Order: sequence, then C-alpha cells, then structure tokens
Amino acid sequence: MYPRSFEYVAAASLDEALSALADNPGAKVMTGGMSLIPLMKLRLFSPSLVVDIGRVPGLDAIDDSGDQLAIGALVRHAATASSDAVKSGAAALAQAAALTGDVQVRNRGTTCGAIAHADIAADQTAAVLALGATMVAKSTSGEREIAAADFFVDTLTSALEPDEILVEVRVPKTGAGSGSAYGKLGRRGGQSDYAVAGAAAVVTMDGGNVAAASVALTGVGTKPTLAAGVAEALVGTDGSAEAVAGAAGRATEGVTVLEDLYGSEEYKSHLAQVYAARAINAAIAAAT
Amino acid sequence: MTTSVSAMGGIVRRKEDPALIAGRGQYVDDIRLNGEAVMAFVRSPFAHARINSIDTAAAESMPGVLAVYTIEDVRDLGPVLAQVPVGVLRPLLADGAVHHVGEAVAAVVAENSYVARDAADSVMVDYDPLPAVVDMKAAVTGTDRAHEGAESNVLVTWFSHDWWPGVFELEDHRPAIAEAKQRDDVVVVSQEMLNQRLIPTAIEPRAVLADWNHGYDRVKLWSSTQMPHALAGAVAKTFGLPSNEVHVVAPEVGGGFGAKLNIYPDEILTVFASKDLNRPVRWTETRRESAFSTIQGRGWVATATITGTRDGEILGYELDGIADMGAYSQNFTVAIPVLGLFVAQGQYDIPLAWQVACVQTNTQTTDAYRGAGRPEASYYIERIIDMYAAEIGMDPTEVRRKNFFKKEDFPATTAIGLTMDSGDYETNLDTLIADVDYAGLRSMQAAAREEGRYIGIGVGTYVEVCGFAPSVLAEFGFGWDAYGMPTSFSGSGLVRINPDGSATVIIGTGPSGQGHQTTWAQVVSDRLGIDFDNVRVTHGNTAESPTGVGTFGSRSAAVDGAATYEAAEKVSKKAADIVAHMLEASADDIRFADGGAHVAGSPGHKVTWAEIAEVAYKPHKGPEGFEAGLEAHAVFSPGNATWPFGSHLAVVEVDPETGNVEILRYVGVDDCGNRINPMIVDGQIHGGIAQGIGQAMFEEAIYDEDGNLLTGSLIDYPIPTAGDLPAFELGWTNTPTDVNPMGVKGIGEAGTIGSAQTIVNAVVDAVSPFGVKHIDMPLRPKRVWDAIQKARG
Ligand SMILES: Cc1cc2nc3c(=O)[nH]c(=O)nc-3n(C[C@H](O)[C@H](O)[C@H](O)COP(=O)(O)OP(=O)(O)OC[C@H]3O[C@@H](n4cnc5c(N)ncnc54)[C@H](O)[C@@H]3O)c2cc1C
Repeated sequence: MYPRSFEYVAAASLDEALSALADNPGAKVMTGGMSLIPLMKLRLFSPSLVVDIGRVPGLDAIDDSGDQLAIGALVRHAATASSDAVKSGAAALAQAAALTGDVQVRNRGTTCGAIAHADIAADQTAAVLALGATMVAKSTSGEREIAAADFFVDTLTSALEPDEILVEVRVPKTGAGSGSAYGKLGRRGGQSDYAVAGAAAVVTMDGGNVAAASVALTGVGTKPTLAAGVAEALVGTDGSAEAVAGAAGRATEGVTVLEDLYGSEEYKSHLAQVYAARAINAAIAAAT
Repeated sequence: MTTSVSAMGGIVRRKEDPALIAGRGQYVDDIRLNGEAVMAFVRSPFAHARINSIDTAAAESMPGVLAVYTIEDVRDLGPVLAQVPVGVLRPLLADGAVHHVGEAVAAVVAENSYVARDAADSVMVDYDPLPAVVDMKAAVTGTDRAHEGAESNVLVTWFSHDWWPGVFELEDHRPAIAEAKQRDDVVVVSQEMLNQRLIPTAIEPRAVLADWNHGYDRVKLWSSTQMPHALAGAVAKTFGLPSNEVHVVAPEVGGGFGAKLNIYPDEILTVFASKDLNRPVRWTETRRESAFSTIQGRGWVATATITGTRDGEILGYELDGIADMGAYSQNFTVAIPVLGLFVAQGQYDIPLAWQVACVQTNTQTTDAYRGAGRPEASYYIERIIDMYAAEIGMDPTEVRRKNFFKKEDFPATTAIGLTMDSGDYETNLDTLIADVDYAGLRSMQAAAREEGRYIGIGVGTYVEVCGFAPSVLAEFGFGWDAYGMPTSFSGSGLVRINPDGSATVIIGTGPSGQGHQTTWAQVVSDRLGIDFDNVRVTHGNTAESPTGVGTFGSRSAAVDGAATYEAAEKVSKKAADIVAHMLEASADDIRFADGGAHVAGSPGHKVTWAEIAEVAYKPHKGPEGFEAGLEAHAVFSPGNATWPFGSHLAVVEVDPETGNVEILRYVGVDDCGNRINPMIVDGQIHGGIAQGIGQAMFEEAIYDEDGNLLTGSLIDYPIPTAGDLPAFELGWTNTPTDVNPMGVKGIGEAGTIGSAQTIVNAVVDAVSPFGVKHIDMPLRPKRVWDAIQKARG
C-alpha cells in the first residue's frame, strides 16, 4: 500500500491544471481522490504527476438554467444527493449519489470523478446515461461536449483524453409528466456498496401511456449501458406492472453479462431485469 | 476453594475511551525511535512452487536499501515456533519452495517504507510452479501434496471418544448410534455444510518495532500482540538469550481476535535485522498484506447427522468433517478443532460421535479466530438440530428444550469427559422466549406470509468454554512451553498501594480493546474501597508485569481477573493489620470502603488510604515488626474452565426476487455468570454478534483453484459495519461459576459463537416455504436466490 514515487501539484486555476496535464503525458487529475489514491497505493495506477484540482475556485456549483442542470467538477456526492434542484429535476442522479459509498466517500468524492472514473459498478454513471446527460471536457486545446451514450467506453475507460478534465456534467431536467429513479442491489446486500446490478430509468407519461423512456444498467457488464430494448418495448404501453415486467425482460439484450464474486451470469441477468422493472415502476410513479 | 461472590456490576465508563476516541492511544506505529529502518517483504505469487533462484542484486544496489535477506541468512533461527507442532512449521522465509500465495520469500530493509517497497518489487525470484492443493476434500482424497514428499495431507484426525488417549477413558458412542439408526421410530437427518474460511480483520494491522542494543546485548520490541510474555520467550529462545533480556511491550492493540496470538516471522526477522544492522527496525503490515501475512480462521466442511425419534428425542449426533489448516502449522493450528470438540454437543445431553480430519493445503495458515473451533462446532449442531426440528415438525425451541442438560445435572460431564461448571439452559431460553414474545412473533410471521412476505425466525443456543483449565492441559499444548516459557494458562495480577494511597495494578494479560483498565480497576476498587479513579491498571509490558499468558479464549477476567482479585485480597489482609494498629481495633473488624477503612459498625472510626499508605511505607509508624510496603502478587490456577451459554434469536426478511436478506431484529440472552461491568459485557456481545453476522452474511476468503486469494482487499471482503446491522437487543440471565472467587465466566467470544447459526436458521426458516432446507454461508443474496431457484426446480 505504498505508491510509487510521484510528483504532485495543487493547481490554483483550471488553466494551470490543464497546462500541467498537457505538459505531462503520465499525469492524472485528482478531484476527491477516493478512487485514485487506493489505485495508486495498490500500484495499479502509477501516474508520474498528480494534478489536484480540489482547490480550483468556481468548480463546485450546481447551476439550474431552467431546463438543464450543470454539475461542476468539484460537486461532491453528498451535494448532488441533497440538492433540491437535482432531487426534483434529475431524481435518479440524486438517488444514485445518495447510494454511492459511505458518508466519508460521499463527503469527498465527486459526481464528475465517479463518472470520469467509469467503474463498471458505479451508481451515478447509470443515472447520467438514462438522463441523457452531456459531459463537458476541457483541455488546453479547447472544450468539447460528449454525449453520455458515447462517454463510457470500457472498464475504467471513458472517452476523455488524458489531457482533458471533465469540467461539468449537463443534465436535462425531467419535466412535467416525466420522472426518474435509480435503484440497485449492493454488494453488501440492500443498497449498500457498489452495485451487483443497478438500473436508472427515466419515463415520460402522456395520456396514461408511456411516451418516452430511457433505461440504463450498471454492474452487470463491462461498462454502464443503455438498455435500448427495454425502452423500445415500454414506449406505447400503459406502464402497468405487467407491461413493465415484459419490457424489463429485454434488459440485457446486447450486454455481455460478467460473472463475478457477487453473482453468476444468470443471476446478474435476472437482477438486471428486476432492477430495470423497479426503476421503471418508480419513475412512472414519480411521473404521475 | 472460596465461593464468595463479589457485588460488582457497576456500569462504569471506560477509562481508555477518552484517549482512544481522541486519537491519543499509542499503537506500535505511533512509536518512533531514532535511526529507524523499515522492513518490507517479497511475497510469493504462487500457491505452490519450487524456488530456483532469488536475485537480490538490483534491490541491494538501490539507494536507501540497507539489506536484503533470504532464508540463507536466517535458516538457523527458524522455523517459527509453534505450541502444537504437528505439521510443517513455517520457515522464517521460504526455504526452497513456497506453499501459499503471499508467503514471504525475502525481506528488504531500507530507510523508509517507499524505498523498501520499490526494492522488494525489484527482487527477482525464479519459480517452478507445482500443483496446488486448495480444496479441502481434494486434500484428503487427491494425490497432490501441499508439501512435496509428504505421505498425506492429513495431519491428524480428532475423534471424540479418543481425543486425549491415556488421559480420558471414554465411551465410543458410534455403535449405539448405529443401532439407534436401525429403529423404525427414528428419523436420520444429515447435511453437509461449509463453515467458510474467514480473514480476521483487526482495524490495527499487525506491527512490530525491534531495537537490539549491542551495548547491553538485549532487545526491546514493541509488537501488536495478544501475548507479550510468550513473544519474549520465543525471541529469547530463538536468539539464545534469557527471557529477561527480551523486553516486549504491547501498547494499545487495536483488535486481535486470535490473529495476534501467534509468533510471526516478521517478529523474529525485525529482531534479527536490528541486531545485524545495529538500528531499530520496523515492520507494519499493510491492510492488503494482512490477508497474506496473518493467520486466517475457520475453513471446515463437515456432514452433521442427527438420529432422533419423531417426538424430538435425540439419540445421536455425528459430525464427520475436514478442517483446513493451510500450508503451515503455527501456534495452535491443529488444536483449534479440539476447542470445537469441547462444545461439540452444544447444550444437549446426547450421544456424540465426532471426527475431524486436519488437512494441509496451499493456502494461508489457519489458527484461532474469535471463538476458535467453537463457532464452527456450534454452527453444525445448531443447524442440524433445526433441520431435525423441521423434519419432525416440532418447534425448534421445543426440540432444544427436550434435549437440554438440566439444571440439576450440573456440574455436568460432557461426552468427551469434560465437566461443565454450571448451567441453566432452560431458564435462559425461557427468558429469551418471554423477552421476544415468541408466540407473537410466530403469528406475525404467519400473517406476513399471507401477504406474500417471507419472514424468518431463527433461534440458536450455545455453550462456550472460557479460561482453559486445569493446569494439566499445558501438556496438551495449552501453555507456552514451546516458547521456552513453560507455563499453564494460569493468571497473574499484582496490586500495589503507592505511598500516596493510589493503587497500581499490573497484569500479565492485556487488552486488544476489551477495556481491561476499567474492569480491573473495578475489581480492585471494589475489594479495597479505593476510589476507582485512583486505580491505574498497566499491562502489556514484560519488564514490569508478572508473567502472564495473554488474552485469548475469553479468559482474562475469569483467570487473570481472579488472580488480581486474590492479590487485592492479600493486600487487604495486610492493610487490615496496619489499620487495626492505627485504629486500635481488631484486624477482623476492619472494613474497606469509601476511599479508606473503618471499624465494622462504626463508620466514623476511619482512616483514608493515603493515611494507611503512609504508615505502610514508614515502618516505625506501623505494627511491631511488620514488613514495610504494601503490595501483593497472586497467581490463580483455576480448577476448571468456565462454561458460559446463551440463546439468540433473529428475525429476518428475505426478498425472494433478489435473495436479499434484511435483519429485522437480533436478540441475545447471554449468561456469563456475574458481570463486572455490564456495559463492557454488552460491548463484547455487540462486537461478537457483529463478527458472527459477518460470517453469516458477508465474509468469505475465496481461493481460486490455483490458490490465488480473490478476496484480499476490503473491497472484495466486506466486513460488517454498523450501517449493515440492526440495533441488538440484549437480555441476560446469571448463573455464576464456583471456579473462581468472582463467579465470572467470560464473554469475549460468546456473541460470535452464538450468532452465525441464528442468522442462517432464520433465513432458512424464511425461505422454507420454497422447500429450501439449507444454504451455505455467507448468505449473500446470490446464494439465497440460487437456493430458492434450486428448491423450486
Ligand atoms: C469505500 C469506498 C466505497 C465506494 N463505494 C461506491 C459505491 O457504492 N458506488 C459508486 O459508484 N462508487 C463507490 N466508490 C467510488 C467513488 O464513489 C468514486 O469512484 C469516487 O468518489 C470518484 O470521485 P473522486 O472525486 O474521488 O475521483 P478521484 O479518485 O480523484 O479520481 C478517480 C479517477 O477519475 C479521474 N478524474 C476524477 N475527476 C476527474 C475530472 N473532473 N476529469 C477527468 N478525470 C477525472 C482521475 O484522474 C482518476 O483516474 C467507493 C469508493 C470508496 C473508497
């Protein structure tokens, strides 16, 4: 549990941090350090330079611009979980943040950090996928937007370039007639710890029928994924328990379900359906 | 033997908590010496391999590296001493071959931990992998050997009728049980069950700091150990010193659970390196390393069988099992199942036929872990008795009651010839049943089932054995002879009244979180009437304390506590003579209370402890010819162990769709005899239950078929946290013992011994409507779900 030797810089501004990243190909940015530091201690990550942006001013705000929320790079899980704006406009994300780790982790770790880290069993990744969020990445050569659907590439791998910082996540708010929800089975049982399987759902109801839906899974495959088949099967139904259960049956279509210490392929596939259905039911309840 | 029972029992706040809570406790890693160097280990990536060569050149040439050692440097000092040396003993560093993943192959000493780790990573070891023996059953039946050239992987098989030949002449119950099986009014219920291997997880990992002084040719070492005197003995024996030249200090110890009850290679190697380099040398285990460098616990697979009548009379209990010893035998390793045998029949007066084969495998060594054999044994009897109850359709509490040893049976002799001191199991179970309104719970369960909810109620009872005695057990390995410290598991205590009237109590045992400073102060304060705040208890220091055997087997209060009680008694006798002289009264009439002494019947006729002490240290003021000073030491050798017991109950709810288990209630009614400090007793039960639930629901050391430990970090080895557990509801009964003058038994392990089966019984009860009869621990959701699927077909 002793990392290899590395350099450290506490950046005073975003520009300083971006230059440090640009100048040092082996560098890693650090926000809360909740995942980076353990990986360094295990020598699984050995960056030559750690660029700590924890003290950069202006990155810790949740901005509500009416139809969209912008969550800054230093917004902690606890802030995301307790923000009224997130709870009402992007409930699935607030719920996922509230179920991330323990109190200490939620007080230090950041929503953007959890997303950038792209752990296969993380919570908020599924929420931003289902909510159709946009990631805003910055480097010395400029700023670009990445759709959540394109962001998660593989285990611990996102679409970010090594010299990019995820400066904010923009989440479209669920409007009238829409609701969202997140739930999981945690590794400790109940909803605690990383997800054995979890699902986020966003549903829009119109005249008693499902007008639009989006469902994302975490924990079951090599990356968080949209369950497009479920959404497709759900739209146009009346959103009854039977309809939801039927649609959820398609949860793992196209997903390579991974067996791990917490479940067989069969069990995790089953859980994916259970949690997809539970998230959809909760989202429908929130929408109506 | 005296049977007077003291009237302690006050809820006194722990003396140690303000320092521990505020971060002012001093652990080994908080101690700093000038010129310290740090040790790190090169560890094997293979479970079983020959070592062709070890290339240390790159490591040795790194700046900041002081030395790299291999077995060639230390072969003469090993192997690691073991109290029960059956099996292959652990070499200080791998000797020609490695036998489990994580075995130390080379030791690096460097200026700091970072350089030490870098250097360890650059030691090149060339291995030839060999087939690994990982599975316990394959260890018995297969042809591969955990150690090349070994005739068998089976080290010893313990039989209940013949566990200590020559000492006990015991009846073999097997023929009678076989005969009972032929009766046509009996059922035979049998189940193979895994009692999975666990990784003891003390919050403070092990740590050692050694300082060899070439001027005096003596060594001082600080170690996070449960047995400082035994460690001093082992180091002395290893380095050819008298034990008084080895000074061991165990400062605050942040949890031990039996895992710090071994001599470890690092304790010997840091001493060696300090001597070699003429510098203090430190090693602090990292969290992850702990899963590879410290012993593990449990790891049994066994088939339990009950033969009984349809109306609940048990005619025989059989257990046929295998216990995994891991690669090397360390302290008690093969003796741990014997501790299970001590309580194998639980609270029941039933015929017993028990056999457990101890096998060597290419995994980390197993040894004592909280309960040490007793949780395993209690689990098997309590699970199979529930299955038997289900089979004959009788309430599980009824079946238990029907087979209990009765109150009037005590002192009761067990099937293996041991005598249980005292017990009243029926009252204890009745108390539990009344406390929870058992009938009401059953109707709540039935109503919930109507609504489609799966609630389960589980009951488990246990007998525990604490403060191993009598002294003759030393000949079975219950002593420190192998460490050059021939002892039995007696207790010791020294009580000193200082010239200002305060008291210092020095004990040879020491806590790893149990609150000895508080409990012992209560004992002495109670005996001598000295203000609790004026009693200081010191421990864990071999240079100042009387010889002590350490803290394990829930023995401290019942054995060392009793010794301290007797030392206080001796002090009070001498003090009574002094006070009699001061107050011109008869010594028989002197009573100690309220910070001093008075004459019986005239509380105004009194002196304070400061006044008594002054006379004690100024002989010219005291009685003619008395010896100045006021202190006494006592050694207590109990004539028997103590046998606490209890009944636990859990209410759980299972989500059949996911297999998730929620514990709704957990209730324990424990009986540890008199309680010195009920709050500390409750604390021990809380921690014990948490660890038992840890085994029931969360923890499992998983090795893959090549012997890689897949659960070496806390990410994959979830230990229970407060957030995972309900608020425990605790009740108690009190059946004192006459084995010691305080009437106290022991409570350190009881919670763990009573809880795992209680949870599993509850979960199986919840899912029994699906036809599930048993689920192996840990009851992770996937296992519960799998069991339901399988039962549904
Ligand atoms: C005990 C514990 C329990 C946990 N349980 C859970 C759980 O139940 N569910 C769950 O989802 N997670 C869990 N986690 C993981 C944790 O929530 C997140 O991974 C973590 O908080 C990430 O955020 P951070 O700010 O700490 O990132 P850091 O640790 O600082 O960084 C993590 C990685 O992301 C990169 N990174 C961070 N921020 C940015 C950025 N703005 N731009 C670009 N790259 C960036 C870093 O370079 C690094 O590679 C747990 C962690 C711990 C320690």
